[in-house]
Amino acid sequence: MLAHQIGYYSLILGFFFSILIIPVSIKNFNNKNKVIDNKVFSISFFQFFFVLVSFSGLILSFVNSDFGNETVFNNSHTTKPLFYKISGTWGNHEGSLLLWLLVLTLFIFIFLIKSNSQPKKYRILTLLFQQVIIIGFFLFLLKTSNPFNYFFPVPKEGLGLNPILQDPALAIHPPILYLGYVGSSIIFSASLAAVVAKHISIVWAKHIKLWIFVSWIFLTFGIMLGSIWAYYELGWGGFWFWDPVENVSLMPWFCLTALLHCILVLEKRSILSSWTIILSIATFMLSMSGTFLVRSGILNSVHTFANDPERGIFILIFLFILILLSLVIFFVFHKENDQKIVKINWLSKEASILFNNWFLMYFLSVVLIGTVYPIFLEVLSSKKISVGPPFYYKLMIPFLIPFLFFMSIGPNLNWIKSEFKKIKIQIVLSFAVSLLISFIILNQIGFVGLINSILILVTFYLFFITIKDFFLKKYKNYSQIFSHFGFSLLILSILFNSILSSEKTINLKVGEEFSFRDETVIFESIESVKNKNYKSIVGNFKIKDKKNNFLQLKPELRIYNQPVIITSEADIKTTLYYDKFLVMNLVKDYEYFNVRYQVKPFMIWIWIATVILVIGGFLSLFQRPYEK
Amino acid sequence: MKLLSFLLIILIIFNFTNLNSEENNDKIKNKISKNIRCLICQGQSVYDSESDFAVSIKLIIDKKLDEGLNENEIYDFLKKQYGEWISYDPEFNKKTFILWILPILLFFIGGAIILRKFLVKKL
Amino acid sequence: MKNKIILSVLVLFFTFCFIVLYKGLNNSNIYVPETKIEKTLIKFNSTDLYSGNKISSDQIFIGSEYYVLNIWASWCIPCRAEHSKLIKLSENKSIKLIGLNYRDNPKNAKKFINEFGDPYFMIIKDNQGMISVDLGAIGVPETFIINKDKKIIKRFLGSLTEKSLNEINLITK
Repeated sequence: MLAHQIGYYSLILGFFFSILIIPVSIKNFNNKNKVIDNKVFSISFFQFFFVLVSFSGLILSFVNSDFGNETVFNNSHTTKPLFYKISGTWGNHEGSLLLWLLVLTLFIFIFLIKSNSQPKKYRILTLLFQQVIIIGFFLFLLKTSNPFNYFFPVPKEGLGLNPILQDPALAIHPPILYLGYVGSSIIFSASLAAVVAKHISIVWAKHIKLWIFVSWIFLTFGIMLGSIWAYYELGWGGFWFWDPVENVSLMPWFCLTALLHCILVLEKRSILSSWTIILSIATFMLSMSGTFLVRSGILNSVHTFANDPERGIFILIFLFILILLSLVIFFVFHKENDQKIVKINWLSKEASILFNNWFLMYFLSVVLIGTVYPIFLEVLSSKKISVGPPFYYKLMIPFLIPFLFFMSIGPNLNWIKSEFKKIKIQIVLSFAVSLLISFIILNQIGFVGLINSILILVTFYLFFITIKDFFLKKYKNYSQIFSHFGFSLLILSILFNSILSSEKTINLKVGEEFSFRDETVIFESIESVKNKNYKSIVGNFKIKDKKNNFLQLKPELRIYNQPVIITSEADIKTTLYYDKFLVMNLVKDYEYFNVRYQVKPFMIWIWIATVILVIGGFLSLFQRPYEK
Repeated sequence: MKLLSFLLIILIIFNFTNLNSEENNDKIKNKISKNIRCLICQGQSVYDSESDFAVSIKLIIDKKLDEGLNENEIYDFLKKQYGEWISYDPEFNKKTFILWILPILLFFIGGAIILRKFLVKKL
Repeated sequence: MKNKIILSVLVLFFTFCFIVLYKGLNNSNIYVPETKIEKTLIKFNSTDLYSGNKISSDQIFIGSEYYVLNIWASWCIPCRAEHSKLIKLSENKSIKLIGLNYRDNPKNAKKFINEFGDPYFMIIKDNQGMISVDLGAIGVPETFIINKDKKIIKRFLGSLTEKSLNEINLITK
């Protein structure tokens, strides 16, 4: 009760400070001092501090199971383990918005103290633009989704957290993802401020690059965690479903990845400034549209938040105010500062980065159009269609081939201009090696289709070129080498995983067995186990291979007490070569179980590759700008 | 030379097919059920869902395959029963051509813009 | 000048998006397949729950002006709530009420009928849910009105209500 009230009043205080920043910083903007007034720093700190207190208040209410708080009542239960009581704080709409707000206020404070080397006007403008976003979120939170609604009489028990959300990966997935989204809001405000303050320069590019990389790292890592969660928790062995909620996290990722490459060109050659600004704006707008699509319930998805049209309308209006604001600022203030039109040589690093941006924007448009087209079609012609995996595969996979090819060649070109003749023999040699390797592999696994074959070839090409670069290149850009290597590994593992996966679904009674390829799966027994907040039925399975080696797998059916939901927990045996995935399900009349057994090669490599990709981004934070 | 070996590899690849028929049938069945959307848990495919509806649809797919229908005929059958919505693979028709064409159109527009960057005459 | 044109085009475009999304918010995101009225039944074969005799759809839909086909199962909770309505409906003598027992254990189904009463003229089995799919049904319970030409003329998703009972009685008068 106390924690609840402290939380509520801190939130209001925080809101008060966020309003207060505006007049104070405008006053500061107009005076002649070269530095920002200390007052601005302290107000911004207080804004952050009170949101932090408020967030802690909500966490405490969850820990203490204060069911008078509506959010706690709806999403918690006394029998839930402490860890999930805490993670339940942001496992719901209201709490997760408060987390957004917390990160927003934290980031702008960090921005203020870390941007000393930048001009004062630019810093204050960034703060002002960021405050627009922060105030928007404050209003949204207080008006439509207040996490601190108290009601009487206080119930004895809460409604509980959806069991599929009770998972360690999902506990940290949202905070990490929000760090990425909110990081993109700083990039957004900073680039608008840079436009107004006419501060788009190499200095600016160097400074904003840090924020771009940090957001990218969090976003990539956050998406990976979500995907891991889907793999372990949603059952059935998939890790990416092209579900709208997944797509909306992918869209800003494409945009941010394009920006990450584009900023290098701005930093190096001071060209493409307009494009950089557009990408910076678009990244955050896509993050916001994602929030809109997910929270408004306009789309149908596996991962639904409790939704409410009023919230949808609020975010929609807010989103369009931001879009109009940025459009006007861009068109009124932005003048291409380099009036000379620069010719770009087609055989240069900047050209390959342009190609990268070109393809990334294409992938973005496929995902964006695929996700929103059904909404548009329904409104305009009241016809309902579904856009799913086949659409994305058909439009994306063929385009991956040239994309990967440019990705291999690009880093080996020079800035400004490369000589065709000087392209090293190593590059051709790497191609020969990958040709040979893919030939041998395809020979082993049989026909996989023309496009897949070529895709395997170019992915191997990227793979070998990055290995070559790692050992042989003169000026090593470890960040680029790591992330490109990680990406090639990612595509290879996804490809071979999807081509070589095999599975069998069968209905089994206890004591029965079935054979699959050269293994025998024996359903030995079931036992029931009682846990704190669920009962479970554990199946004991043995898998016997040709050489009579045994492997024990224990998939589970969990019957949660609050809310009463049955979930099936797969048991997965992971090795470096494959995952063995076994899941069982209840069949209506309880006599037999529906069992699905899958062998999924290289599954672990999908995660390892993504981690390498992220490490690549991380390395860029420490490396000095490279030459050439 | 490069091109030649490339063509060679493609030719050789084309000559492989080694899947036994039972597994093949299972593969087709899974493929179809992944492309059909479940009407009960509407965010999931029939393959990923265990709802009664999904289970019936899986059985129907089995039965239709036994009757000798091919993949596309099964999609058509289900679309006739439940509407186009049930298929994750939208048809190309009057209402959906924008969906299919627009990304590719944007791709070419992007290409044209980039091309202009290369062709600008030196001042 | 050129900038102004681009700006206004963009503003128009985003306004259009705004309006569409705004309208989209009011639409339900749940898809319900439209009932194809006047759809002729596909022929099917089934077995009678009690006698175990094979029976074809031609033998079922014979000798009445209207038929009401109700899909149910003993494990389905809403079906219990619906059952009293069906008993009421069985008083309507101008229809033949047929129960389609959906993916059920016959023992449980019979127990259910013993407990809650039998409103049906006949109960046929749909062990695998195939007949329901042929009908275009999506779940239990679901109810169809079929006329003597074996055409579906009305469909009710979910439990029958007082209102839908009146509607049925009105149609089959």
